[in-house]
Amino acid sequence: MATWTWFHKLGSPPHVYRIAGRFAPWFGWGALLCIVYGLFGGLVLAPPDYQQKDAFRIIYVHAPAAWLSLSCYTAMAVAAFVGLVWRMKIAHAAAAALAPVGASFAFVCLATGSLWGRPMWGTWWEWDARLTSQLILLFLYLGYMALRSAHDDLQRADRSSAVLAIVGVVNVPIIHYSVYWWNSLHQGATVMKADRPSMPTEMLVPLLVMFLGFTLFQLWVLCTRLRAEILDRERNARWLQEQLREGA
Amino acid sequence: MNAGEGTVPTGMLAAAAATFRRDVALAFRRPGQMLQPVVFFLIVTTLFPLSLSPQLSQLRDISPGILWVGALLSSLLALESLFRADLEDGTLEQWVISGQPLAVQVLARILAHWTVSGLPLVAAAPLVGASLAVPASAFGTTMLLLGLGTLCLSGLGAAGAALTLGSRRASVLLSLLVLPLAMPILIFGARGVDLAILGEPTRGPLLLLSALTILTLSLTPWAAASAVRISLE
Amino acid sequence: MNQWASFGEWLAMGGYAAYVWPSIGLAIGTLLLNMVMARRRHAQALQRALRRLAVDGNGNGEA
Repeated sequence: MATWTWFHKLGSPPHVYRIAGRFAPWFGWGALLCIVYGLFGGLVLAPPDYQQKDAFRIIYVHAPAAWLSLSCYTAMAVAAFVGLVWRMKIAHAAAAALAPVGASFAFVCLATGSLWGRPMWGTWWEWDARLTSQLILLFLYLGYMALRSAHDDLQRADRSSAVLAIVGVVNVPIIHYSVYWWNSLHQGATVMKADRPSMPTEMLVPLLVMFLGFTLFQLWVLCTRLRAEILDRERNARWLQEQLREGA
Repeated sequence: MNAGEGTVPTGMLAAAAATFRRDVALAFRRPGQMLQPVVFFLIVTTLFPLSLSPQLSQLRDISPGILWVGALLSSLLALESLFRADLEDGTLEQWVISGQPLAVQVLARILAHWTVSGLPLVAAAPLVGASLAVPASAFGTTMLLLGLGTLCLSGLGAAGAALTLGSRRASVLLSLLVLPLAMPILIFGARGVDLAILGEPTRGPLLLLSALTILTLSLTPWAAASAVRISLE
Repeated sequence: MNQWASFGEWLAMGGYAAYVWPSIGLAIGTLLLNMVMARRRHAQALQRALRRLAVDGNGNGEA
């Protein structure tokens, strides 16, 4: 019972609008704190890597960006599923709000990977399994956003892109596996691995803080964009007019 | 699945079989249109020797890639029209109100589409293969892999074609949606052809591609069916 | 902090400055861009909603 009322509240635009408004500042300031500390810890406090020297510091933005792009896609697909199955409009709005952040960070992940690859591999682009599957993820995002913008009707755009997000998320592990399989056939041991077995604490802590910061940032963007989506989608609703009269 | 009391058999499989027969018969009435993807396949694969080098030894190294990229692009060509005409003349609505499971109808459509667009590509593969210095011993495996790959792509393409129904610039969008999802097909397929050319066992890629095809054909009809429903709302 | 002898050395990033700083810059730039775009999106939506409210509030209904 309790879970159902909770679920119901999650689906009601006025509730989500207020909740998102209340939490957004916390997410925003938390993200700022975490990212500032993470960058300070990563760029200033952490010792250089014994092998990659100071170039390893790129990981403090590269890995969180990779995490953000993947978690956004997963969240998008979950929201799309909820929206399709329970016909929850707010879930479609959330999926729409998540796509641009995820896509932009998929790009950041690729670009920083390339910047890291230049001194490490000696080339701007290496057909490394990680980078290649990230590239395909970016393509999936672009397809999703293109499909969303190709439909004039909002409901149809919501539901079509939701089907695509679900098809995409089922494919992500397959793509990931096939790319790693392909890569292991064609690449020798020349490519340097980015992961090390154990990272000293003073390197690891800023990285974890950065992960947290990026996650909070993602939540902040989600809240802000979700509020905008609700404002647009519920423009004729009485509750919204009352809310606005009271002062948003 | 008995035929009931009437003379016309009704039921899920009968309806699917009727759809399949209708689609194939319609395609055979326009053989010119049916052959277009094959001609495109031949032309695209001719571009590579002309743009790279006519040396057969070099071509052999890249022939799996050429074959697969050519086949993927060619079978994309026919995908856009997969549901469009049926949306316009109301057949899709008939499918929905017929009470038959829509996904099964879509699966029949996928199989019919593969029969008229995928199989001709498979038949043309030895011709293209020979021009790219693929040894004759590899033809069998190549054709089998291409058959599986095009079937898989027809499944993915059906979902893409159904999603882009009623949208603007559907053909470009369709490629944008389907090609990233088709990359595993390309990877497994091209690797299999590569191994076949080298005369090595091809069981691995063959099994992987078969698994992928079965998975795709068991999931994409549902996705395509819900996309068709959305386009009719 | 003891690892950096001077501010200049920190900026040089052990010779990898050309790779580290653009990466950091791109990431921060993208964070800021996402922030600005999200805020602008929200502000525009709010503007639209308030304008509607003003029109409806006058009792004229149609704009």
